[in-house]
Amino acid sequence: MLDFVTIEDSLGGPASRGPERPGPADQVRGRLDAVLIAARAAPLTTHIGLVPTAVVTHTEPFHISKAIATLDFVSTGRAGLRVQVSGRPQEAAHFGRRAFPHVRLEDRADPVVQELVAGLFAEAADYIEVVRRLWDSWEDGAEIRDVATGRFVDRAKLHYIDFAGDYFAVKGPSITPRPPQGQPIVSALAHHAAAYQMVARSADVGYVTPRDAGDARSAVAEIRAGQRAAGRAAETVHIFGDLVVFLAGTAAAAADRKARLDELAGRELTSDAAVFTGTPAQLADLLQDWQAGGLSGFRLRPGAISHDLDAITAGLVPELQRRGAFRKAYESGTLRGLLGLARPASRYATA
Amino acid sequence: MTKPAKQIHLAAHFPGVNNTTVWSDRRSGSQIDFSSFVHLAKTAERAKFDFLFLAEGLRLREQNGQIYDLDVVGRPDTFTVLAALAAVTDRLGLAGTINSTFNEPYEVARQFASLDHLSGGRAAWNVVTSWDAFTGENFRRGGFLPQEARYERARAFLQTATELFDSWRGGEIVADKQAGVFLADDDAGRFAHADAYFDIQGWFNVPRSPQGRPVIFQAGDSDEGREFAAASADAIFSRHATLEAGQAFYADVKGRLARHGRTRDQLLILPAATFVLGDTEAQARENAHEIRRQQVSGQTAIKLLEQLWNRDLSGYDPDGPLPEIDPDPAENTIARGRASVRMHRDPMATAAQWRARAQAQGLSIRELIIEVTGRQSFIGTPGTVAETINRFVQADASDGFILVPHITPGGLDEFAAEVVPLLQERGVFRTDYEGRTLREHLGLAPLADGSSAARAAS
Repeated sequence: MLDFVTIEDSLGGPASRGPERPGPADQVRGRLDAVLIAARAAPLTTHIGLVPTAVVTHTEPFHISKAIATLDFVSTGRAGLRVQVSGRPQEAAHFGRRAFPHVRLEDRADPVVQELVAGLFAEAADYIEVVRRLWDSWEDGAEIRDVATGRFVDRAKLHYIDFAGDYFAVKGPSITPRPPQGQPIVSALAHHAAAYQMVARSADVGYVTPRDAGDARSAVAEIRAGQRAAGRAAETVHIFGDLVVFLAGTAAAAADRKARLDELAGRELTSDAAVFTGTPAQLADLLQDWQAGGLSGFRLRPGAISHDLDAITAGLVPELQRRGAFRKAYESGTLRGLLGLARPASRYATA
Repeated sequence: MTKPAKQIHLAAHFPGVNNTTVWSDRRSGSQIDFSSFVHLAKTAERAKFDFLFLAEGLRLREQNGQIYDLDVVGRPDTFTVLAALAAVTDRLGLAGTINSTFNEPYEVARQFASLDHLSGGRAAWNVVTSWDAFTGENFRRGGFLPQEARYERARAFLQTATELFDSWRGGEIVADKQAGVFLADDDAGRFAHADAYFDIQGWFNVPRSPQGRPVIFQAGDSDEGREFAAASADAIFSRHATLEAGQAFYADVKGRLARHGRTRDQLLILPAATFVLGDTEAQARENAHEIRRQQVSGQTAIKLLEQLWNRDLSGYDPDGPLPEIDPDPAENTIARGRASVRMHRDPMATAAQWRARAQAQGLSIRELIIEVTGRQSFIGTPGTVAETINRFVQADASDGFILVPHITPGGLDEFAAEVVPLLQERGVFRTDYEGRTLREHLGLAPLADGSSAARAAS
């Protein structure tokens, strides 16, 4: 009864060790297109939201907009999108259209990095704007099938979006009608100010990576301030905390599992998100503590899918339900519905 | 000694966004809802068809400066629909039209390799090109190509994508837990390609898919298009549905293969075809005429005439005679986003033929347009349609047909129930799938391993 599943994607070799090598032969390599995986899963599921990742730096907003709209049709209202930027030279070389300097994006004080990051997020914000306008470019009810006048559509309800920005221009309208949710949800992972601002201005869901409840509180405050500055104070923007979780019946057993996996990997697991080991009840305690910091949900990353996803659904979920902190049945057939978001009117509707 | 009968290949084309698709019929359903795609795909799979085919459009069509509203408008995203259909079908091939002008090889190769994995080896790619700035207004590059460069870019695009597909040989993933080895070859996926259009290098991140790469379709009819197909396609989606034109096209294209070091069985010729069934021949003809009248309303007749005349003819009466005025010989600007307009290569000569025919037979504008555009390929009882299809294939006018129903989504139901069993009785169409992959359905030999094929070719 989880709200949604996100599907990672990348247009590069995974686990990059630098510009030259994609990763050692002992690491898993290979990744299918996330939108296609989500589409393949849609007819096999009935309630869960499907949120694939799109790398906006190298893809076309027109293509992604219709792809997510179509995912919304094939899932009857359960589609979302996670946008991701990429400043890696190795990925840029797969497209050959632009070159990025070899820098560590973590070196945020470096002015070259600052400029690169600012540009990537400005482009991402434009991308989301185009994707959203295209979803609205067919008003609801544009398809009239009026046999008497011979008209299939009411062209007054189809709109050029006429977007022109620094990175691309898109005319519109979409070739795909307005999707069932009107606006499928847009989400992004945010680690720093530029990403917080993008979430505040453009997203429905932001994923943050706090180390504790205080950290969560300050990330939430920064995004809320950004929302106010963008005139979106009244709109719901969910802020989800990301956590890597290793679960077991006892805290010691969970820690042992993680230690054994670290030993097999030859190094300790590092992550942008906090790593939790413990029992489902301990995890529930932590989630409720962080929730008090202003988070409205959590994106749990199973340490090992085969074990920890089961532990989340069979251990954590019943624990949270006992505490009255999690749904006992799906209350909506759409992802917007599960997130408490109303279906918006098209921005182009005049009536 | 008679040669054994050729096996027929059949495919289903999801009804498109032109006037072939009759939306005003009460049986007509959504062209967007997934249930429509499921219906057609399941019908085709029950009938043991080779594949389902989706066309693509990247800008809504316009005429007289406005969005064209008389035909079906709007379609979903090709890849997303095909991946979802992979979940509800088991054997049916899944063919998608994807433009090589407004995409990049790395992304498209990933999408097709992913679709091939997600469908267990059932993906096909109809490679199309376009050069118009009108469509380009929806894309990053905005750009367009000089007309003569579009096949050049398409060839480079397909070559690049092929190198990406072949960058994984197959079998690299050993995932040996005891030895702690995931990949047998650390270089799997490595590629470098440089030409006038694409200068890219790195690692392709989708391991080799069940078919090695998608089955490649080509749809152009020009000399360049035929040459492109003869060099690199597995099948041609053509439009020559009459016996003589089909035989001429078939002989021409198959004749080009040897020059590219290929054999005649390495390229299938699959024209698009429409059909109308009836309990009797007379009933079928009557049905066909009624469908043509649905397809060509008075308004539609004027619009189709404008596409040749390159003029606003909205003041003319569709039930009256053809205009006295000649077509405007300037560049065609009346209709945009429509490939068929480019088929009018000599508008003056075509207009003269149409006038002569209208005068000789006393036809109004609408009656003439009904006669000169889009006549159905096969009209008759299930028995005669089965016989005609078989005759065309055995006489080398094609290797089969991509059937285009005029009703969404039930337009194939009757054909599947009535005609397919007759072809099966004749022993010229499968009664069950023999293979799992689309290559197997099409009788194409398996591909060699990736990297070895790439090395041999270079």
